[in-house]
Parts: sequence; C-alpha cells; structure tokens
Amino acid sequence: MRQSPIIEVKSLTISYNNELILDDISFSVACGEIFMIVGGSGSGKSSLMRHMIGLETPHMGSVFIGNVDITQCADEEFQNALKKIGVLFQSSALIGSMTIGENVALPIIEFTDLPKATIANMVRMKLSLVGLECYVDHLPSEISGGMRKRAGLARAMALNPEILFLDEPSAGLDPITAAEIDELILSINRSLGTTMIIVTHELDSIFNLSQRLVMLEKSSKRIIAEGAPFELKTNSSNPMVRKFFSRRAEMKEERNKSEGSHETIIF
Amino acid sequence: MDTPIHTCDYKISANNGGGYTVRLGGNLSIETASESLKRLYSELKKASPPFYFDLTDIAVLDDYGALVLFELKHHLKISESDFHIVNPPETYKKTLSLVNFDFNARCSVTFGQPKNNIIVEFGAATIEALSNVKFMVSFIGAITLSLKNVLKRPKSLRGQDTINYMKATGVDALPVVALISFLLGLIIAFMSSLQLKQFGANIYVASLVAMAMVSELGPIMTAIVVAGRTGSAYAAEIATMKISEEIDALFSMGFNPTLFLVIPRLVAAIITIPLLTVFANFFGIAGGLLIGIAMLDLTAGAYITQTIDTLTIFELCWGLMKSLVFAILISVVGCLKGFQAQGGASAVGHAATAAVVNSIFLIILFDSVFAVIRSYIG
Ligand SMILES: Nc1ncnc2c1ncn2[C@@H]1O[C@H](COP(=O)(O)OP(=O)(O)OP(=O)(O)O)[C@@H](O)[C@H]1O
Ligand SMILES: [Mg+2]
Repeated sequence: MRQSPIIEVKSLTISYNNELILDDISFSVACGEIFMIVGGSGSGKSSLMRHMIGLETPHMGSVFIGNVDITQCADEEFQNALKKIGVLFQSSALIGSMTIGENVALPIIEFTDLPKATIANMVRMKLSLVGLECYVDHLPSEISGGMRKRAGLARAMALNPEILFLDEPSAGLDPITAAEIDELILSINRSLGTTMIIVTHELDSIFNLSQRLVMLEKSSKRIIAEGAPFELKTNSSNPMVRKFFSRRAEMKEERNKSEGSHETIIF
Repeated sequence: MDTPIHTCDYKISANNGGGYTVRLGGNLSIETASESLKRLYSELKKASPPFYFDLTDIAVLDDYGALVLFELKHHLKISESDFHIVNPPETYKKTLSLVNFDFNARCSVTFGQPKNNIIVEFGAATIEALSNVKFMVSFIGAITLSLKNVLKRPKSLRGQDTINYMKATGVDALPVVALISFLLGLIIAFMSSLQLKQFGANIYVASLVAMAMVSELGPIMTAIVVAGRTGSAYAAEIATMKISEEIDALFSMGFNPTLFLVIPRLVAAIITIPLLTVFANFFGIAGGLLIGIAMLDLTAGAYITQTIDTLTIFELCWGLMKSLVFAILISVVGCLKGFQAQGGASAVGHAATAAVVNSIFLIILFDSVFAVIRSYIG
C-alpha cells in the first residue's frame, strides 16, 4: 500500500425496498491502487459501486472520498468530489442522441476552456486509446456492444480523473481487446497515478492488474475475502474463494470427488 | 504526496545556433492546458523555428499537456525536423507518443455533420418518404394478416394484455373525457342560447346540442383526447422496446411482434373508443341540460323529449362509425410510429410526438371526408 486511503467505506449497509443486499461492508482503497471488487452475479458489486459514487443513499454507513463523507455532505462538496471521479457503467450509458465523439467531448467542453479544434483532437486521442478513432461520428446505436463499452471507457477517462470506477470494463470483449484494455488500465495507472476501482469477473484481469481485492458473496451478504489475488487463491481458508480463483463449479468438484480424484478439498 | 503543483512555467531562450529553447516546468496537464496553450502560442508566434521543448523540469505531464505541444506544432506550422522534444522523462514517453500520429491520415473523420447540397438532400428526403410508405403498407399488411389469424384462432389474441390496455385506454380516460364533453355541452348550449333566445326558440338549444355532440364533437373530442393520452403511450412503449432490442428478442423467440404488441392495442382501442364516445355524448347533453334548466327556463322533461326527438338511430350510428375509424387511426399510427423508432432515447420522444401529431391530423382529415360523404347521402 503506497499512500493514505483515498476512498473509505465504513460499515456500509445496502438495501433496496427492505431487501438487504449487502450488510456492514468496510474497506478502504489507497491512493494510486488498482482495487477490484469481485463476486458472483447478483452479489451486489454494481450496487456497491453505485453507492460509492453517491448515486444512491445507503441504508446505513458512510463512504469517504478524500476527506468528504459523500453520503451526507453539502451539495457543493459532493459536486467537487464528483469532479475527481470518472465512471464506466455496466451498460456503458452513452448518450444515445450524441455521436461517440460528442459523448467523449461532453465533459471536456464543460470543464476545460480549450479551443474547439484542440478538443476534437483530444477526443480522437482518447478514442484512439481504446481503438475507436474511426468511429467518432457514429451513434452509440450504430456500434457493437463491446465498442460501446470501450467508448464508455474513453468518456470515463476524458478528464483524467483521480479515481476511475469501472464496472466490468472487459465484459463482452474478445480476449485480445480485453488484454489491451487491461494494458491501457495499467498504463494509465502508472503514468497518471489514477486510482482504479474495478468490478470484474475476468480472472486474467484480476491476476494481471489487481493489487488488492474484496470478494462479495450473495448468501452471507458480506465480504468473504480481502487481499491480494495470488495469496487468496492459495491461502484462503474459504473454499468458495479458492474455487472462484481456480474457476471451478460446484458440480465439477462433486464429480471429482465421486471419481475418487486425489484433489482434496476440505469443506 | 508532496504539495501538488498547479501551475506551469516556462522560459524561452534563443539558441546560439538559431532557434529557440522552451524550458517547461511544473505542471502541464488538464488543469493548465488551455492557459499554457494560449500563452505559449502568443509568445512563439513571433519566433522562428527550430524549437526545442525541454521537459527536464516538468513535474506532471498528462495527455492534455502532450496535446498542447502537438497543437503548438500544428498551429505554428512547424515542420517535423524543426520540432524537438528534449529530455522527456522516462515515465512520460508513452504519453508523448500518443500525439505523434497523424489523425487525418489514419481515417478521414470530421467533427459534426457533413453538409450536402440541396439536390442530395431532396433525393434523400424522397427516398426516405418512399421507404416510409413501403414500411406503412407492409405494416398494415402485417396487421391484416394477424387479424385474420386472430379471427381463425381467437386464442392467439393476448387476452390479459387486451384487458389491461382497455383499462388504460378506456376506464382511465373516462374522467377527463367526461369533464371535457360536459363543459363542451355547457358552452354550446350557452352560446346558441344567446341567439335562439331572441326568437323565443329556447327549446331548439336541446336539438342543437344533441346534434353537435352526437355527430361531430363527441367522436372528435374523444378521439383527440385519446390520441394525446393513448396514442403517445402506445408509440413510446413500442419505441422503447424497439430501441432496447426487446422486439428483436420477441421475434427470435418465435412470437409475431404484430400479434403480440399491436393487435391487443388495436382491439382495446376499437372497443373502448366508441364506448368513450357514447359517454362523451351523454355528458355533453347533460351539460346542455344544465344550461337549459338553469338559464332558459326549460323543464328537464321537455329538454330530454326534444333531444330524443331530434336524434335518429342513423345519427348515433354515424357518430359511432366515425369513432371506430378514429380508434383504428389512433392505434395504428401509434404502433407504427413506435415500430419506426431508431436510435437512442430521443427516438422515443420523437415517436410519441409524431404519433400524436399524425393521428390528430388524420382524425381531422377523415372527419372532413366523412362530412363530404354525408353531404351526398343527404
Ligand atoms: N434498483 C434496485 N432495486 C431493487 N433491487 C436491486 C436494485 N439494483 C440491484 N438490486 C438487487 O441487488 C442485487 C445485486 O445487484 P447488482 O446489480 O449489484 O449485482 P452485481 O453483483 O453487479 O451482478 P452482475 O455481476 O450480474 O452485474 C440483486 O439481487 C438485485 O436484484
Ligand atoms: Mg453488475
């Protein structure tokens, strides 16, 4: 851990319509760290992310970005905190009536006063990072799902935010593009010191990128593991966690057992 | 972290061998980019190349900073051989390499829409209009086929959906339709009484209200209210499904989208809109009755008798027949506009607007046609 925490989640409890999703979650993310949130589908990763960027009010607990508790601060402070972050949503969330270029240009026009032509070049630069420089003039409905994801990533990075929240950045991408995105994330992290909070299922990304991660689980509604991925893979006391990292399903486990495989897993 | 630097400073010095060295320092990033670009540009405008940009003292450089250098090169029209970056810190080499490609060579893209000349525009508009007509014809064809299907196998009609739409189109619209027609009856009775009173023909107010409501205003007002409430809703619902690929999903699961989405709405409209019209007629006449009793000294009995004497079965059926046609117009136009939606969220709004505008236009148009036909029947 390099520096003081930039994000701190303190006993956060999330519920929708009285249905408890996550119970008493606490962790912190250091400045400049690549931090991952993993867990099964429906375990509340996206919900946790939405709470961390203040889109939703938690049932209980608080989220600090810098020194500001975004769950109960003045509107102005909240706006300032928002300026530090960039978000890639799971569904890309590009604005449908604007072209890809206009989507990326939107925050740049609003928050810098560079001349129009310079902004146009900046937009192309950002899009070329994700390999979409030839699609500046396409509408989001005219490109593929994976391309939308990449365009969303370019928009999230538009203002070089201090903290990037990425919800499944490489979902729906081919392995090569996914690896390129991973590389891009790493190089942004290195060159700009951007703190990354990434929700993902991709084991490759987890092992290649993350320094630390938390793992959520649906049934216990808590963090069931926290730490570096390699360590968790081998040393975790929880079989669920080890299974996750070695990509094995329950069924296969049973079969292995019944076949008398010498792979022993202690429950 | 040591105290962050938020400014960019630079020193420009003339070299011995010609050209200038710009020694940049501090923070050249998104925070300072536009400021630095302006200042450097105005200073270097007068100087002559070659330029050496010395990055030794730079503390923070991001892609915005790199872009500033690129833009300077571009605006000052410095050739490649006259543009040098000296001593770039190792960590920023990658950032700098980003700006070193030629955007225009890789693919020709323009910001904003390209402008076409008027002939091209005209041709494109014609082609689009024709393809719209084609779409409309095939859509009406699909509806006809699905209706045939429903008549052959009534079970294929989605009953529960139809009932829900009937509630939304009919029951929920009743209060507003009733109120509007009541007020309309009131107004007609009041206005006509001003004239008829002078001739002592008060009782004919009843005839006037009854005729006006049953043959014209009842069907038209109901249709316009329903076009605004329901036509737009049909269009928006279907357009939302269209743009989020839900209709494609239905299709791929083997459903017929027309049968699934259009027919229940069409049937609901055909059943409820004439019924609403009957209510509208009733409330309109009630409005007239109120004026008759309160301001014209008519008895309720006399008013009602006069109303019944005036109305004929033909008149009632004519009005209902019109409202049936309006029902078909509203639902078909609403669904058609929904199916035509393309693109993002704005397509939904556009579909709803187009549905309302087009169906109101068609309602008035068809009403005029009916008026002409009527004048021939006598
Ligand atoms: N707005 C909402 N209202 C009610 N329940 C919600 C809402 N959003 C999420 N949930 C519930 O919260 C749980 C977690 O959802 P979430 O989207 O956070 O999952 P996830 O971990 O991101 O899953 P995935 O990997 O599939 O994206 C789900 O059971 C879901 O039903
Ligand atoms: Mg999710």
